[in-house]
Amino acid sequence: MGAFLEALYFIVPVSIAYAAPLIFVAIGGVFSEKSGVINIGLEGLMVMGAFVGIVFNLTFADQLGGSTIWFSLLAAMVVSGIFSLLHAVASISFRADQTISGVAINMLGVAIALFAVKLIYDKGQTDYVSEQFIRFDIPVLSDIPFIGPMFFSDVYSTSILAIAVAILAWFVIYKTPFGLRLRAVGEHPMAADTMGVKVNRMRYIAVVLSGMLAGIGGAAYAQSISYEFSHSTINGQGFMALAAMIFGKWHPLGAMGAALFFGLAQSLKIVGGSIDFIDQVPTVYLDILPYVLTILALAGFIGKASAPKAIGQPYIKGKR
Amino acid sequence: MSKRKYGLGLSVMLAAGTLLAACGSDEETQETNGNSGEGSEPTEETADFSVAMVTDVGGVDDKSFNQSAWEGIQKFGEDNGLAQGDGGYDYLQSASDADYVTNLNNLVRRDFDVVFGIGFLMEAAVNDIAQQQPDAQLAIIDAVVDQPNVASVLFKEQEGAFLAGVAAALMSESKQIGFVGGMEIPVIERFEVGFLAGVEAVDPSIEVDVQYTGAFDKAELGKTTANRMYSEGVDIIFHAAGGTGNGVFAEAKERKTKDPDANVWVIGVDSDQYEEGAVGDTNVTLTSMLKRVDEAVYRISEAAMNGEFPGGQSTVYGLAEEGVGLADSRGAIPDDIMAQIEEFKQQIVDGEITVPETRE
Repeated sequence: MGAFLEALYFIVPVSIAYAAPLIFVAIGGVFSEKSGVINIGLEGLMVMGAFVGIVFNLTFADQLGGSTIWFSLLAAMVVSGIFSLLHAVASISFRADQTISGVAINMLGVAIALFAVKLIYDKGQTDYVSEQFIRFDIPVLSDIPFIGPMFFSDVYSTSILAIAVAILAWFVIYKTPFGLRLRAVGEHPMAADTMGVKVNRMRYIAVVLSGMLAGIGGAAYAQSISYEFSHSTINGQGFMALAAMIFGKWHPLGAMGAALFFGLAQSLKIVGGSIDFIDQVPTVYLDILPYVLTILALAGFIGKASAPKAIGQPYIKGKR
Repeated sequence: MSKRKYGLGLSVMLAAGTLLAACGSDEETQETNGNSGEGSEPTEETADFSVAMVTDVGGVDDKSFNQSAWEGIQKFGEDNGLAQGDGGYDYLQSASDADYVTNLNNLVRRDFDVVFGIGFLMEAAVNDIAQQQPDAQLAIIDAVVDQPNVASVLFKEQEGAFLAGVAAALMSESKQIGFVGGMEIPVIERFEVGFLAGVEAVDPSIEVDVQYTGAFDKAELGKTTANRMYSEGVDIIFHAAGGTGNGVFAEAKERKTKDPDANVWVIGVDSDQYEEGAVGDTNVTLTSMLKRVDEAVYRISEAAMNGEFPGGQSTVYGLAEEGVGLADSRGAIPDDIMAQIEEFKQQIVDGEITVPETRE
């Protein structure tokens, strides 16, 4: 039992830390797709966020000191938000195929970021940042037996922020007029339009929101895990977030749960050797768990995967 | 989902394309500048010889063996008064596994005298081209291609890793040591086996915690693995995991930042990873196990220029040939321990110790 508890005290914080960047990005995906715009570009937006976060951090660490990391998140949020406008303009105003536009964002994101790194630093990757997100124990709370070591020790501030954002997103989408309009636009844009909701404006807002959150996710990852930016810094996490969003059935809290679950699978793989039973499972199964679960979720084996009805369709006013 | 995968593939390709374009133009301008500056000086006799290499997906500035190979070729070019480009020295980057054959073929057709394929991933491609172009001289690093016109270069990683193991065992205070590997492939296994043998040679009671992450590019896995190991009392981790190893450094640095007295160390791999370990004024890099791909590339090129291209042979670079070794620890390892490491090194060079290559 002691060993199991020890393992648990390790697994839970590690899973949360792994999941935090994914949560931001997945929530971003929820906003965009709830409004009816597919956002495959999450990966590219995340790359952009990681890139901007690291460059900002390297440039301003001397002036801003300990608060650099937060300003970097902010900068990444702004730049990725602007970057996502490309997707918004193409897929909303020009009614381009949303999947293709998203793919273009992915291509552009990596290309621009690497090109810029090459231009700025004259090498294939940036230096390591000196200011990073560091784990800390929350005072008082971390002394609570059992719960303390599990949830309140070794916490990244980005994890707390991620969970807060997920809850806030749930509140915004399901409890505010704005959220109602957002969902209406994604389910039945014509009905929403009849009721006076500006469909395209809602969609613009949603896509930019998703860009901002993906940017935060990328910068959070880069500043808490890789500490640098290179071609492999963001390497599929955006797609993992997309998977988490689908596995979470386009629900903010579901997406958060899915991201946490993916984190759990990852950490189980690493700690698995020291826990009875799990050490019998070959690591390859833990490796593929997130992907298999996503496929199962998509195939409808785990409840109904309920995508917004109007997803992928540009809204043309007056057309039936 | 297929569209997404396709998109990922496309974006990776485009990204690498941009990268390639960027460095190509950049270095060419530098080269021209350099030449015009040196024009008046009596340069060394310009050899009528050219050499080129194809990187694997890591890229030419991967801080690892691609970069090392390119440095070797650049040095060879400079020493022999060659210019970058056709008839001198050059490289092509591969954005994906599909590019190897094309790139190799491209360079062979551009009449480079020797074309290097860097990395075991290129084994099949080099084999194909060697058969299609029997007159070309090819070389491959980290793999054996059994063709009369291919020179194969292998390293005794186990010997370098052995020294890393000795260093770790002598330096460890907690007597717990970790090894983080990338994919479980023969090359990485040589690192593991050599490292374990080195630790055991010093103190058989030390247990080495071995974990493979299954990937060379997942920093988060490296970080989590290192977190677990350090949490369980390990104080020195040797990584042979490429980009995943960055996560190991990140974890050690985070612990060092949080608590400057934390006793955490990382042993780097392939190239000197001192820079990766910097935390303010201190450093978590104990030392690095070097794999001198540059040295090997240089020697093969030199041999080929002198008409002694070792086609059809495998050359193995070990401690004796200075093909592997430890980097400068910059004071992290005290002199008396360095002396002991040196003794082990001498014993391996003299053949008194034979480092195993595979798990029994």
